[in-house]
Amino acid sequence: MARISVQTEDFDVAGEIARLTAGRTDIGGIGCFIGIVRDDKSASQDHAIRALTLEHYPAMTSRAVGRITDEAERRWGLLGCTVIHRVGRMLPGENIVLVLTAAAHRQSALDATAFLIDWLKTKAPFWKREESPDGDATWVEAREADTEAAARWSSSDPDEMT
Amino acid sequence: MAATISVLYFAWLRERMGCSEETVAPPSSVTTVAELIAWLAERDAAHAAAFKNRKSVRCAVNQEFADLATVLRDGDEVAFFPPVTGG
Repeated sequence: MARISVQTEDFDVAGEIARLTAGRTDIGGIGCFIGIVRDDKSASQDHAIRALTLEHYPAMTSRAVGRITDEAERRWGLLGCTVIHRVGRMLPGENIVLVLTAAAHRQSALDATAFLIDWLKTKAPFWKREESPDGDATWVEAREADTEAAARWSSSDPDEMT
Repeated sequence: MAATISVLYFAWLRERMGCSEETVAPPSSVTTVAELIAWLAERDAAHAAAFKNRKSVRCAVNQEFADLATVLRDGDEVAFFPPVTGG
């Protein structure tokens, strides 16, 4: 059963890993991905964004994320899994999302981590809005590359992937 | 359909609509998500603006991702939003 949280506050990575492994000796590895608000500096200005605001669909989010963690647990036989996604306004350098996977072996932990973040980007109801330094706000457009990254996991069974 | 539908809007659809939620009672000829969009878009300028770029509109029915052919029932919650950009 995955630990899923959608929250405004930051998360404690070390604390979350400790929570995932507490009292267990069957875990051989932890996969970890931390998404961070990136200030994409361009040639024309010092800072591309001042802040990022994450909106979501509260009644749907936890269930949609749960579908994704269920799929990861099923495909890779995970021993544990944590997804924490922040919402609200965040500044460059702040954490946005944490994905932790616990497995007996590294390949399952690493693959499941990549799968989880790829699917979170394309199959969970979150929307990003960027604030520019002069205060203009624009909604981030979905990227084709993210859709393609998610599509590589579309096979129902990892063993069937060619 | 002759039903009551809760409609939610997120991200730029919410901004163009000027509201995040409304309750509508479409005529019985409206039975699918596609028909609901066509009916909503005719209502006023705000709805027309929200649904202007329909290729960029995604939806969920009762908190599950749905498509244009999804059949609607009385009391359904239908959400409209752009392609998701989380993670």
